Parts: sequence; C-alpha cells; structure tokens
Amino acid sequence: MKAKVHVTLKPGVLDPQGKAVAHALDALGFSGVHGVRQGKFIEIDLGDQDPGGAQARVDAMCRQLLANTVIEDYAIDIVD
Amino acid sequence: MHAAVIVFPGSNCDRDVAVALTQATGRAPLMLWHRETEVPPLDLIVVPGGFSYGDYLRAGALAAHSPVVREVKARAAKGVPVLGICNGFQVLCEAGMLPGVLMRNAGLRFVCKDVWLRVENAATPFTRGYRSGQVVRMPIAHNDGNYYADATTLDKLEGEGRIVFRYCHADGRVDDAANPNGAQRGIAGIADGRGSVLGMMPHPERAADASLGGTDGRTMFQSLLTVLA
Repeated sequence: MKAKVHVTLKPGVLDPQGKAVAHALDALGFSGVHGVRQGKFIEIDLGDQDPGGAQARVDAMCRQLLANTVIEDYAIDIVD
Repeated sequence: MHAAVIVFPGSNCDRDVAVALTQATGRAPLMLWHRETEVPPLDLIVVPGGFSYGDYLRAGALAAHSPVVREVKARAAKGVPVLGICNGFQVLCEAGMLPGVLMRNAGLRFVCKDVWLRVENAATPFTRGYRSGQVVRMPIAHNDGNYYADATTLDKLEGEGRIVFRYCHADGRVDDAANPNGAQRGIAGIADGRGSVLGMMPHPERAADASLGGTDGRTMFQSLLTVLA
C-alpha cells in the first residue's frame, strides 16, 4: 500500500512563495485567484498490510521528520 | 579548550570555523563527521554553516536526525556549550534543541551581505566579550533565515533574555528596514533556557580576521576561551 502525505503551511504562517506564485498567475492573466498556498506532496511505498497500522506509522513519520509542526500541518491518505 | 566542529555532507563553513577556533584558542578543533557516534569529552561543539544534505526536505531537517547530532544533544543536555551558525542554527531548531524554525527569507532571495547586530544578552558564554547593547558587524549568507515561532514562544524568549542578537541599524535601532529576512522581532540569534546552546544566522567565523572583513566575530571565540579554558 501507499501513503500519500500532504504537508501544508498552517493558516496564518506567511507563505512568500505562494504569494509569488499568485502574482505570477495574475501576470499570466488568470484572474480571480484569491490566494495560493504552496506545500509538499510526499508518496511513500509501504510494505504494511494493515491500513490502521500504516496510518499510525506514517503519522509518526510526519511528526518526527516529514513535517515541522511548528509551522506545518499534514494530511495522510492510505491507499492500496 | 577541546572544541569539535561537526561536518555534514554539504557543510561549507566547517573549515572557516576551524581556523577561527585555532586562532582564538591555539588549538585545532576535532572535526566530527556526521556518522560519528563515539565522541571524546569536549568543552565546545560548533555546528557550522552550509547546506547539510542539500537542504533536502527542509533546511537542517535531515542533519537533525544524523547519528552525530544525537550525541550533540546528549552533550548539550549535560551543559556542554553548542554553537549553531547559519545552517547550524537551522539544525538545532529542527533537532528541537532550540524553539522555532527558520523559514524561507521573506523577500525570497538569498541574502549575502554584512549586517549590524545588537547584542541583547552579553551574559552567555558566547557573548561575554561584548557589552549588552553593543552593535557589531558580521556577514549573513542564507536563503532560510526568517526566524518564526508563535507569539507565546517569542514572549517567553523575550522574557527570559534568550534573544541574544537582533538585526539593527549602525546606531542600534531595530526596525523592519534593518531586518534582512523577515525574522520575527528582528531575531538573529537565540539561546536555550540555560544559555549554553546558541543558534545564530550571522557568521562570526567570517568576521574573525582583520584582513577578511573585520574582527567583531572573533570576540565570540575569545569569550568562549575565557569561559571554558
């Protein structure tokens, strides 16, 4: 099975990269873009059989390494 | 004084730090590779600048989990002074040895220039050679120096005198115009609760020789020698 992890900046944490991307979209003529927040997508190949166990393990991976919880949130999706 | 300098793949200020330490102490430091787990007794550990592990994932994140940093943590817990410079500061934050995190510079540019710093706490073993409020000059060179912590943490740092350096103007004024990277409250360097772990973005080792851009940084290495010798 696979874990798909999205790491995003917490609300309220400034995201200058997202802002720059929003400006660039505007410069390209894409109107109506009210904001851009940039994050990371991490895909992990797992040998786990039990989705619940995998969820717990990936959660520990996020807390210890994949996300810095001072500024980032994460969301985990376990898929076959 | 027995000092060690940590070397990660991608460190690039390790030898500058070694030269500054040798000049200040008369003794070359031990260079400790990131895989090292057996570390002799030490009086000082320096985590130098650079781009450890290519800054993959987040600056300092992978280095923070390297074998040698486990040992650095254990020594720091026993009170051995640890100085993290630039990428070293990022590593100490990622390792949980200092609070907060260093984010991408607010201006999205790599900033490489000399800056003025106000010494906010001259009572740490690193800064005893300065006067409180003294304005000193050192270079910065970083992409991720934008110090961030939540307001509670910042208030705590402030209240406990753990903000050690702030970016300022030549006359010591701290404002947004003097802030090169968007760091909260102009923070350039902070210490842990007992003052023996210091992380800072500016490079004292690049201001430790009169023929190479000033000597304001040398004072830090001399302070350590006075305290630890």
